[in-house]
Amino acid sequence: MVVQTATPGARPPVRGTRRNATGVPRRQAVRPHWSRMLIHLLLALCAVAFVAPLLMVLSASFSSENAINRHGYSFLPRQFTTFAYRYVIGDSSQLVQAYGVSIVVTVVGTLVSLLVMSMLAYTLSRREFALRRSIGFYLLFAMLFSGGLVPSYILITQYLHLQDTLFALILPYLVSPWFVVILRTYFMSLPNDIMDAARIDGAGEFRTFFRIVLPLSGPAMATVGLFTALTYWNDWWLGLLYIDNDKLAPVQLLLYRIISNIDFAASNQTANHLVGVPVQTVRMAIAVLAIGPIIIAFGFVQRFFVRGITIGGLKD
Amino acid sequence: MSAPSAVGTAPGSSPERPHSPPGSAPGPVHRKRRRFRRADGVLLLMGLPALLLLFVFSYVPMAGLVLAFENYRPRQGIFGSAWVGLQNFKFLFVGGDAWRITVNTVGMNALFIVANLVVALGLALLLNEVRDRSPRLAKLYQSAMFLPYVFSYVVVTYFVVAFLDADSGLANHLLLDVGMKPIDWYARSGFWPVILTVVEVWKTVGFWVIAYLAAIIAINPEYYEAASMDGAGKWQQTRRITLPLLSPLITINLLLSVGHVFHADFGLFFQVPRNSSLLYPTTDVIDTYVYRALTSLGDVGMSAAAGLYQAVVGFVLVLVANWLVRRRDPAKALF
Repeated sequence: MVVQTATPGARPPVRGTRRNATGVPRRQAVRPHWSRMLIHLLLALCAVAFVAPLLMVLSASFSSENAINRHGYSFLPRQFTTFAYRYVIGDSSQLVQAYGVSIVVTVVGTLVSLLVMSMLAYTLSRREFALRRSIGFYLLFAMLFSGGLVPSYILITQYLHLQDTLFALILPYLVSPWFVVILRTYFMSLPNDIMDAARIDGAGEFRTFFRIVLPLSGPAMATVGLFTALTYWNDWWLGLLYIDNDKLAPVQLLLYRIISNIDFAASNQTANHLVGVPVQTVRMAIAVLAIGPIIIAFGFVQRFFVRGITIGGLKD
Repeated sequence: MSAPSAVGTAPGSSPERPHSPPGSAPGPVHRKRRRFRRADGVLLLMGLPALLLLFVFSYVPMAGLVLAFENYRPRQGIFGSAWVGLQNFKFLFVGGDAWRITVNTVGMNALFIVANLVVALGLALLLNEVRDRSPRLAKLYQSAMFLPYVFSYVVVTYFVVAFLDADSGLANHLLLDVGMKPIDWYARSGFWPVILTVVEVWKTVGFWVIAYLAAIIAINPEYYEAASMDGAGKWQQTRRITLPLLSPLITINLLLSVGHVFHADFGLFFQVPRNSSLLYPTTDVIDTYVYRALTSLGDVGMSAAAGLYQAVVGFVLVLVANWLVRRRDPAKALF
């Protein structure tokens, strides 16, 4: 939100060199060319450094196993081939299964999470709500103090018996106090008149929320939904703790199992019947397929991220 | 939780009352009373699912911290297992483990905080220099910097392997090219504070660049106009205008990070070193220790003790940090 104030029109006459800035105050001077070029060069190098690892994985997935073994990983594919992808897709049952699990967890998790968090946020946004302060404290304390891994693990495995169910992958992340606070702040910024008008017309709280507040909250819901979806899609931690059944492993857990097991191909029964399995390139191809959706979505959703970051920095 | 508890807090919300009916005339319709009304019941009902989830997944585990004082037996449950007092803590602290994981956790976090701040500020300042001449390029740079933020640490591990793999990694091939001996990166713990810092900064700095750039953009351009009329160069403007105006934000971010130095990023420390036991001297932090004590050793009591130690010290640190933030700028404090 703050970012929008960039004012491209009001090009400030900041770039005067030392020499002429003392002279004519109004004249717009051009900075020495080389210093701007230098900054661009630096930034471009950094940008490349930030993207380079991705390029390496991408190029490895398109290289031949031979080339990797001989020359190592590189930024451009050596002996270009799509063999690794054909191999993965030819025997993709496990990957498809994992994709299915990840999609279900992400979609269901994000939708339910948005629903329950926004309802609580709405409750807290109503100034006349009697328990506003106590519930606010209830949220705050959950943000500051946590029981940590061990009690949660015992609770979920020994008492709730959620291990090897999709619930274990969804329920623990449903409510993030921080997002509730962000949504509440957004709801409170909505014009009161509309909601008052709705109430005069006899709309109850539920109706006001679903018919008026939610439709007006697209940007905030999109931002929070996006961060939540990213959390679910990227999560391997809950899978690592609670999922043993291969059929329920999400993509990230599958990736973890592949990379943590150096002899992946040897132990993977699907690969056993082939001699000379391309371990390195197949590994990287699976990684590319796993991050594919995020990369595709990245360009599209980046402005929401930016907004989210600037909202997050902006409290109440 | 019942209505009377809220009645006592009325003074806090009364200053807000004059603001709520701006312009419209529904005064009598939603007259405020501090007693629990029917509408409050409906509102509570709406919040109930989230409140219950928080109760089960946040508050019940807090009570479960009593495990730290027990010799836990699954058959007997959390509240039936034998009470052993401080014995679990004795194992943790006498063995020297507590010291090692505390030093690693706090030390690595300190490295991350400093490196992240320097790099984020530097990049944000550079981006600011080119942003109005070439907005497209600046956007592109910024996107590239933010990209790693959306990957999970499992995926990051693949990236790191491409660099550090003993046989095919880029690093060792470069070493071979210049005639040096390859290094078994996943067995040499000495390198890892540096490697982890680079990875951490690479992954998260894009977030901070955006945050700091937004703050720089929000600075009133008139300051710079005035300064340049007075003959201040670019460097002087940065040092005398930008940095001083950013310093409140920097201070607050630093304090909030310091509040979290007792919590390590599990993904970074568990995934990226690939849980290699040879690297534990520098990569084992409280979070990975608790995880391993629980899952490999099955020592519920001791891992719970380490968890409680972390939770309590971490909580105190957050309170202190928040108190310091509040002293500087109450609006920025968490509570």
